[in-house]
Amino acid sequence: MPDTEVPFRILPALTDLNRDFWTAGARGELRFLRCNACGYYNHPPTAICPMCHSKDLAPHTVSGKATLHTFTVNYQPWMPGPELPYVIAIVELPEQEGLRLTTNIVNCPIEDVAIGMPMRVTFEHHTDGDDEIYIPLFEPDRSGS
Amino acid sequence: MSKFVEKQTVISGVGQSDVGRRLFRDPLELTLDACLAAIADAGLTTKDIDGVATYPGPMSVPPGFSGAGVVDVQDALRLELGWWSGGIESPGQLGSVINACLAVAAGLANHVLCFRSVWEGSAQGSQGRSAVMPGGGGGSFRASGFMEWTLPFAAPSAAPWIALMAQRHFYEFGTTREQLGQIPLTARKNAALNPKAIYTDPMTMEDYLNVRMISTPLSLYDCDVPCDGGTAVIVSHVDSIPDLRRPPIHVEAVGTALRGRPSWDQFDDLTTMANRDAGAQLWGRTDLTPQDVDIAEMYDGFSFIALTWLEAMGFCGHGEGGAFVEGGQNIARDGGVLPLNTHGGQLSAGRLHGYGFLHEACTQLWGEGDARQVPGNPEVGVACAGGGPLAGALLLTTHR
Repeated sequence: MPDTEVPFRILPALTDLNRDFWTAGARGELRFLRCNACGYYNHPPTAICPMCHSKDLAPHTVSGKATLHTFTVNYQPWMPGPELPYVIAIVELPEQEGLRLTTNIVNCPIEDVAIGMPMRVTFEHHTDGDDEIYIPLFEPDRSGS
Repeated sequence: MSKFVEKQTVISGVGQSDVGRRLFRDPLELTLDACLAAIADAGLTTKDIDGVATYPGPMSVPPGFSGAGVVDVQDALRLELGWWSGGIESPGQLGSVINACLAVAAGLANHVLCFRSVWEGSAQGSQGRSAVMPGGGGGSFRASGFMEWTLPFAAPSAAPWIALMAQRHFYEFGTTREQLGQIPLTARKNAALNPKAIYTDPMTMEDYLNVRMISTPLSLYDCDVPCDGGTAVIVSHVDSIPDLRRPPIHVEAVGTALRGRPSWDQFDDLTTMANRDAGAQLWGRTDLTPQDVDIAEMYDGFSFIALTWLEAMGFCGHGEGGAFVEGGQNIARDGGVLPLNTHGGQLSAGRLHGYGFLHEACTQLWGEGDARQVPGNPEVGVACAGGGPLAGALLLTTHR
């Protein structure tokens, strides 16, 4: 977990298609909807596989590892949120070429953030009404595996 | 006759309202000022206008993003229409003009009034862009649609989305801030010669490198300036040329393609944009080549978007945009191989949102640029608009 206070975040509206993605962090898992017929990770999730058009899709847990594809250090106070400046990044997952997430980088000095870094997922827990939402953030993966 | 039907169409007139940072004027009035100016510029009257096209159509959110829809203008000018279209789902802001070209070529209309108006300057007021950010009010707002994947990460604006792409371009190709800075510097230099431009004070590279950062590597001067204003153009059929006030600008080719995923993070190559495909498509519809182009008016909602347009339109190779603009000589208004954003772009002349580039391309090709006129009688120009998944381009010529 991030070692700083949990910041304000705009939370996602949960639907049948995305609920698993935004709540699986309760078990420490990063999960994507995946096609059972062809194995394609379908993100953002839709009801039909865009590759083979199968409707047989189910959430599938991935490794939680990623590579930092690109990042920006944001200085502009667009909205209530993490303390400025904060790092917005796009990470790419090893499970499928081009499978990426926009995220924030945590537990890493800003000056150390670099494209190509190995990363791993960490979750930030938010409770809103009946929803327990886990925002997938990424931190440096120093495990070397 | 060419199978590429846009060649049956011309731009017969252009018009623009007052443009200002915060005019606090009725948005429909600004829109109509532009429309009536364009109709008169073509040598036509409202009786001749039988088509209307706009981007994005009526929208109340974000405030100031749209000044009027088609039906507002139709009613205000009592137009009798054979065809009309407005909407945000199109190949960028100029997609609406390309729609008009197709409608004219199809015989649904003969003279289509196309417009885009904004009042973002007044709408945002003294709070700037944060006043209109989605979810800025906090409370129970939840993110959905494509914003579901950016808003929870405090990335609500195109500034960080484009910054992410710029950073990847810097990483892969060695592009530098000094190179990118030539786009805002060039825009500012040109804006000084444009009486309607918002920012006209000289800008140095030192100014650029020292201004406050927004989202690395983009600083304040890499972001366009919200403003109020309306812009309009008339698309007419080539058969109506004898009815026009002066020889029109010919539409030689258009580009509208979207072949990659329509996403800011899932697009296949984050160092380019949909403009890659729109540009390639455009050159497949003409015998002209990038070497024939005299002026380029290219969307600079952020400086980096213009850099990708230069690459996408083939004025340099993919990844070579930084080297192409380095030093500014290639894109200089006076003496450059490809004068860029000769009115000051959205960076300095104001975020008229796409239509300003088409207005300026026509103005230059007509030789009506006054103090900012590119020397040497430019005959071929490009007008390109949109960033990320949005891209529409027109290749324009003074004669065919």
